[in-house]
Amino acid sequence: MESPVEIVQHTTGGMIGASWLMIAFPLLGAAILLVLGRMTNRWGHLLGVAMSLASFVVAVLAFLELIGLPAEQRRQAVHLYEFIPGMVDMGLLVDPLSISFCLLITGVGSLIHIYSIGYMSHDPDRRRFFSYLNLFVSAMLLLVLADNYVGLFIGWEGVGLASYLLIGFWYFKPSAAVAAKKAFVVNRVGDLGLLVGMFVIITTFHTLTFSDLGKAIAANPPSGGAVTAIGLLLLLGACGKSAQLPLQSWLLDAMEGPTPVSALIHAATMVTAGVYLVVRSGAFFFPEGSPQALAVAIVGAATLLAGAIIGTAKDDIKKGLAGSTMSQIGYMMLGAAFGPVGYTFAIGHLITHGFFKADLFLGAGSVMHGMNDEVDMRKYGGLRKAMPITFATFFIGYLAIIGFPMLSGYFTKDGIIETAIEHNQVLGWLAVLGAGVTGFYMSRMVFMTFFGQKRWADDAHPHESPLVMTVPLMVLSLGALVLGAYLVLSNRLYEFLTPAVGAAEEAPHFAFTSVPGLATLALVAIGAAFAWYKYGRAEVPSVQPRGSFLTTFARRDLYGDALNESLFMRPGQWLTRIAVYFDNRGVDGLVNGLAAGIGGSSGRLRRLQTGFARTYALSILFGAALLAGALLLVGNI
Amino acid sequence: MNNAVAPTIEYGTLAPMLLVFGAAVIGVLVEAFAPHYVRKAIHVPLTLLSLAGAFALVIVQIVQGAVPTAPVAMGAVAVDGPALFIWGVILVLSFVCVLLINDEGHFVASAAAVPGSADEEEAEAAGVTHTEVYPLALFAVGGMLLFPASHDLLTMFVGLEVMSLPLYLLCGLARRRRLLSQEASMKYFLLGAFSSAFFLYGTAMIYGYAGTVSFTGINESLATGSLLDPLLLIGFALLGVGLLFKIGAAPFQAWKPDVYQGAPTPVTALMASGTLVAAVGALLRVFWVALGNLDWNWRPVIWAVAALTMLVGAIVAITQTDIKRMLAYSSIAHAGFLLIGVLATFDKAQENAKSLSAILFYLLVYSITTVGAFAVVTMVRDPGGEAGHLSRWAGLGKRSPLLAGVFAFFLLAFAGIPLTSGFFGKYAVFAAALSSGAERGDSLGGWMTGLVVLGVVASAVAAFFYVRVIVLMFFSEPAADGPSIAVPSMGTVAVIAVSLLVTVGVGLFPQPMLDLANQAASSLFVR
Repeated sequence: MESPVEIVQHTTGGMIGASWLMIAFPLLGAAILLVLGRMTNRWGHLLGVAMSLASFVVAVLAFLELIGLPAEQRRQAVHLYEFIPGMVDMGLLVDPLSISFCLLITGVGSLIHIYSIGYMSHDPDRRRFFSYLNLFVSAMLLLVLADNYVGLFIGWEGVGLASYLLIGFWYFKPSAAVAAKKAFVVNRVGDLGLLVGMFVIITTFHTLTFSDLGKAIAANPPSGGAVTAIGLLLLLGACGKSAQLPLQSWLLDAMEGPTPVSALIHAATMVTAGVYLVVRSGAFFFPEGSPQALAVAIVGAATLLAGAIIGTAKDDIKKGLAGSTMSQIGYMMLGAAFGPVGYTFAIGHLITHGFFKADLFLGAGSVMHGMNDEVDMRKYGGLRKAMPITFATFFIGYLAIIGFPMLSGYFTKDGIIETAIEHNQVLGWLAVLGAGVTGFYMSRMVFMTFFGQKRWADDAHPHESPLVMTVPLMVLSLGALVLGAYLVLSNRLYEFLTPAVGAAEEAPHFAFTSVPGLATLALVAIGAAFAWYKYGRAEVPSVQPRGSFLTTFARRDLYGDALNESLFMRPGQWLTRIAVYFDNRGVDGLVNGLAAGIGGSSGRLRRLQTGFARTYALSILFGAALLAGALLLVGNI
Repeated sequence: MNNAVAPTIEYGTLAPMLLVFGAAVIGVLVEAFAPHYVRKAIHVPLTLLSLAGAFALVIVQIVQGAVPTAPVAMGAVAVDGPALFIWGVILVLSFVCVLLINDEGHFVASAAAVPGSADEEEAEAAGVTHTEVYPLALFAVGGMLLFPASHDLLTMFVGLEVMSLPLYLLCGLARRRRLLSQEASMKYFLLGAFSSAFFLYGTAMIYGYAGTVSFTGINESLATGSLLDPLLLIGFALLGVGLLFKIGAAPFQAWKPDVYQGAPTPVTALMASGTLVAAVGALLRVFWVALGNLDWNWRPVIWAVAALTMLVGAIVAITQTDIKRMLAYSSIAHAGFLLIGVLATFDKAQENAKSLSAILFYLLVYSITTVGAFAVVTMVRDPGGEAGHLSRWAGLGKRSPLLAGVFAFFLLAFAGIPLTSGFFGKYAVFAAALSSGAERGDSLGGWMTGLVVLGVVASAVAAFFYVRVIVLMFFSEPAADGPSIAVPSMGTVAVIAVSLLVTVGVGLFPQPMLDLANQAASSLFVR
């Protein structure tokens, strides 16, 4: 394996030099919308879209400039300012990896901004929504563009904040407020991992900048223990942000946020930040075959199965998609454990997933928009005639995610599976199994929503969404159609990413007729057929049946919440109760007693203030006598 | 037989004080000869310009560095580093207080009229105003300048009286709640005269002991004479009563709440800031310059007074229901904190200017914040005048968040919360006291530590009632017929803005002010 090319200090201007504008535009938008408040209600959403599009334009221009450079110069560091003197210089790193993310974030982000104009048109708080979206885009871009871990962490916390605000956007709904809080708390665990990881990095290597880290490690190879510790801590951070086991529980509840948020933050971009972190740190802290890389693979494989199983039992369309997101990110994590080839497919899947999952989520949003915000798929059915465009785009996204040949997901997911089997048979075949489950639950979703009998509520009048919503769907489904083939065939993405993540000993080649690939296709077909048998052909009851204990297991998110509650929440609550008890009885008893004592003496002393000048004069006289007496006494001791 | 010799007066050095007195005299002439409708138009610029001019003269002296090393005016007045600093502070304070006084509606139309009588209504209808307040205020300020700068006991007594007499009058001129105001004036006058008598009696006894009233002379005779002479000790005790009365230390604090409450609020602001600064300056000078050699005797006594003052101020404030009374008790508690600084200053290591600069710094930041707080009080009004009762302040934060926020900030500064000037003031005084105690290394060192601990405890108790007002303003439902917020005049806005600026600015960047206080203290008092 060849290490990544060295980072070049960028001195000239150009679009790369101005790449900070990408972060600045949406940040300015958020600031204007938040500061000016209600004054911007009428045009706030347009400003939000404009800022996001401006970022996209900068990203495209920087991308064009970057690919104009020879490969060994495609890592450009842009120095901005001295952040923590002597420790961290704030700068941006424009390289193939970060620019790929930038294009995804600003491109898909802009589409979702546009879609939101229509989706949120009836919401009185639309302007606030767009300010948070802008804030998110800005923070996410900082996360991927920073050339050091501190900047990355600031962006990391920024997207966490935006996620919190947007999950709880309808804060008057208790469920939304609780979900926001849950996301916040669970993410704290992961963020602590990242933070402590940074502490260990700086004590071990005395720098947090990517370029210096590479040099420090090359000059002075560290002991395995420190690197393993750093890797595991960073993995914990990645698990929190990317909803991987064991920190997955917040993502399903996060669907309380408006659907565009689910599409942008909880599917296409933010939740993939963990994958970015692992890939970005890969060359330093996740060498192939190390224990921490194995841990990444195990986490990925476990999550991809868990997410898929959860997806099979959900009747809420958004929660089904959320389970699917967990699962797909599990695939990316699995890929990210296996060196440059794995990185390529992980990032490739991340990009294609960004398109087809955003497509699916926005499609689900479009369905909800036409169905009075109904999310229960048992109340859908036969919608393909009522919403032809939504159906067509959703169907393309569906084919992409199950890995239908020649569509996006087929290339990238298969690449991950093949790479995994090459390195680790057990985990690789589990990924094949996961693909089969994916075929089942996604088909179930499509059949329950668009086929079969109408099970609509009485007041439902489904209609196609306006163009401002369907055009983004069309663009996204176009990406879901062709992007995978474009990126994977003739190794375009691999060669593009090589300067950033390093080169493998052997370049990957995509095989259409490998054993795992054919096995995957067969399992997917079986899954889809089984779904047709259960939900397409047969009638779907509009009330959820009881189901076997396995179904219940999946419906209850594999008892993840129950586990968290019994392991952490209840003991934690007991701890606080004990603390409160001691506080009330011990500390407060003392404090209140003291306060009562002081208050009482205050009342008594106050009575000395009679209001009569004669009393005051007398007290002066006594005071004078005391003073004189005391002085005489002290003098004569 | 001696021939009478014309005294030498250093007019240049004394110019700030002379300017203020001169302007006051002109003010009296204006009262006598100018028609009533132009008086105010003359008084306001005259007063403000004279105060600003005096301040400029002080600055010129500081910048020139021409601080005299010996008393001037035949040994009657000492214009040294600390005195110049105190003068500067007093002049700034009085300038902003005059801006408050200048605001409409604080002063009675005709003080001589019986409250509620036809005479009063007539005077009000005629639009008569008492423009005497301006020359009176100027005389009081002149007294405040002389009081801490005097270098013999008689001059100091004159300063004390020149400062106090106009204030007695000013206290009785409130437009609203006139009986309360007149009662305050009467009480202040009686008790002030009483305490002045103590001061004068003490002066006589010290003269009997030392044969001179000059501070230099007293200091010299202490160095050679007996320190156990009852004449000296009783004389000192009586002098102390007069001075402690003026700063409002326990057990001589009783007048403060009544007077602060009854007086027109701008006058209260002047008393709570200017008078306190002047009195502490005078106290320092008497104890430090004249009686420094006696410190083994009076140290325990002042220790007890400081402790009692802090505790009484902080504890009694808790049950106050009137905002001005609460601020009065808060002022008593702060007098106690200042006495800690006084004790630290009187360390035998006399080159140790640190504690002196701590007191000067404390005086500056506390008095500015005080003026700001009283300025806010003038703005919260009921139909019958200022809304004094604390219950009327409930929910003010909801109706007037800016004003309530500013007031909350002043209260936090009183409590000594970090990022406010009050924090650094307290910190400087406590740190000076601790280090002076540590340097001694004897049993008194332990006592100083104990006093600082007591000071911290008193601060904690005091924080309770400050924060209680904040809670009341921000977390209580506003009363349905709550007080109205007066539209402030430019002057009041300027006062609040300046106070806020200093409180915030010094809280964030204390160093320039500390440097200034250090520089003033480094020259110490002349002897």
